[in-house]
Amino acid sequence: MWAYIFRRVLATIPVMAIVALFVFSLLYLAPGDPAAVIAGDQASPEDVERIRASLGLDRPYLVRFGEWVFNILRGDLGTSIFTNLPVSHMIMQRVEPTLSLMVVTLVLSVTIAVPMGVVAAWKQGTHADRAVMAFAVLGFSVPVFVVGYVLAFVFALELDWLPVQGYTPLSEGLWPWFENLILPAIALGTVYIALIARITRATMLEVLSQDYIRTARAKGVGQRAILFLHALKNAAVPIVTVIGIGIALLIGGAVVTESVFAIPGLGRLTVDAILRRDYPVIQGVVLLFSFVYVLVNLVIDLLYTLFDPRIRY
Amino acid sequence: MSEMDNRPMLLEVDNLQTHFRTMDGVNRAVDGVSFHVRSGETLAIVGESGCGKSVTAMSILRLIPEPPGKIAGAIRFQGKDLLKASDREMRDIRGNEISMIFQEPMTSLNPVLTNGQQIGETLRLHQGMSAQQAEARAIEMLKLVGIPEPERRVREYPHQLSGGMRQRVMIAIALACNPKLLIADEPTTALDVTIQAQILDLMRDLKTSVGAAIVIITHDLGVVAEVAERVVVMYAGRKVEEARVGDLFRTPRHPYTQGLLGSVPKLGSSLTGETTRLAEIPGLVPSLKQRIPGCVFATRCPKVTELCRAVPPALQEKAPGHIAACHYAEVEGVAAA
Repeated sequence: MWAYIFRRVLATIPVMAIVALFVFSLLYLAPGDPAAVIAGDQASPEDVERIRASLGLDRPYLVRFGEWVFNILRGDLGTSIFTNLPVSHMIMQRVEPTLSLMVVTLVLSVTIAVPMGVVAAWKQGTHADRAVMAFAVLGFSVPVFVVGYVLAFVFALELDWLPVQGYTPLSEGLWPWFENLILPAIALGTVYIALIARITRATMLEVLSQDYIRTARAKGVGQRAILFLHALKNAAVPIVTVIGIGIALLIGGAVVTESVFAIPGLGRLTVDAILRRDYPVIQGVVLLFSFVYVLVNLVIDLLYTLFDPRIRY
Repeated sequence: MSEMDNRPMLLEVDNLQTHFRTMDGVNRAVDGVSFHVRSGETLAIVGESGCGKSVTAMSILRLIPEPPGKIAGAIRFQGKDLLKASDREMRDIRGNEISMIFQEPMTSLNPVLTNGQQIGETLRLHQGMSAQQAEARAIEMLKLVGIPEPERRVREYPHQLSGGMRQRVMIAIALACNPKLLIADEPTTALDVTIQAQILDLMRDLKTSVGAAIVIITHDLGVVAEVAERVVVMYAGRKVEEARVGDLFRTPRHPYTQGLLGSVPKLGSSLTGETTRLAEIPGLVPSLKQRIPGCVFATRCPKVTELCRAVPPALQEKAPGHIAACHYAEVEGVAAA
């Protein structure tokens, strides 16, 4: 087990290297000159050239890439060309809102979606099942920002139950923190809930037709224990897999959600950095997201052993 | 054997009809079957695949999903009609007073729960045992069904056991609460021949120590001869013959039973020079979706007449304790003897 974890952590190195190369190259090839953005509309070509040289952007591609990687290995993500602050510092400032949003969305989505899928499978073909399936299709089809604006309009502006936008740090109390995250979490979680509910339903349907479920019935086990102990534990592996894959969905959605609800998180930071061609920040954030995603997948793989004793590493 | 069996009545199945609604009509899987089991008795239900044996067994515990299934008639267990029992009452009976063993030991155990958890579950459910008590009792049960190193096996998972061992675990689960009736649906079919004998021996031993009655469902006449006291022969969802096991093997009265007995190979017959060809019953079990006007076996019966095709034969006592549904049973029974 520990040997497996060690090997998996080692395996993240080539993955991260490829991600790094990809991110760097993409920004190198992307249109838009950061020097021109910084210099502004009035600058002469000489000014732009001077700024470009001072940023080191006139040097060859490989030299710049090598230097960036070398600095990362020393723990230095570089300095923002716009704020002149270290990228790691800027990320740290923005981590809490994004992490809060992700965790709340994750917990909320799983606690809603899994029972939804279980009930849909149990009551297959009934109105309850059809309602879940209809929600799933709807959840997939309506984009995050639409859900976000509609929620904000209804629950914040019209009903005045929850704040319209913004973020309150956890240090200022649990409820103020949570209150601000409810609407963004639902908006961000809609697709995620739809995805998990669908997979849960499909997997549970398959599991419920297995012989060992019949055995459990013949033993006199109650409906709830059959669903949530005998069946759900067998259905756990595909469900957990989709929850893991869905983290990527959350990361992508967080960028949009944070813009809609004005949450000062990493998503906003990314959008702002892209608009300013602040490439060290973009590179740093994307690299961080990739690393988180790789780690999440490792955790998922380790969770498999918890649910299925036949899986051993 | 005495003619009168005065052990108390345990299970009475009366005109059981289990029908399934399907896309193209109603499938009458079990159509008017009646039989009884006395306390401590072993009854075998035999027949070909698709004759309604398993559906009969599942109907007793009401494990048939309704809909599409529909169970009618009466199933009286210790005088109480199970078809009128509430879900709650059924759950209290299942695994406690009536338990069941299935055909497929490889898939009938839950792969993500330990053997101990699966045995202990019934004990905690029906006898209110704590987790520790249940595990201790699970170890005892594993020992009882002949699994070596029960202390280790109790914490292991089903995939760490062979098929025969898994069937032993199934038996341990079924017998943990000392049920009054054990329904075994083809308990040995999926196992190697040597393991089959072991499992049958085990069931016989445990039957005497636990005192449970057994309904064993099988297509294997060897198993019937081995364990049963009485036999019900089913064909196309009906009971066609019922007799004590000795009577049935000596004087089968229904042509279908005669066909079944004739199709059993005799060990070593090719070596001793006996050149008798293995008898077979031509044709297939008829579709259960149409009502059959006459005898259900008419299409395959070698002795069929116009009477058989037109009038269904009633179940009739042809000899003391020996019932058959055939117009010509008396004559044929004597001739075959």
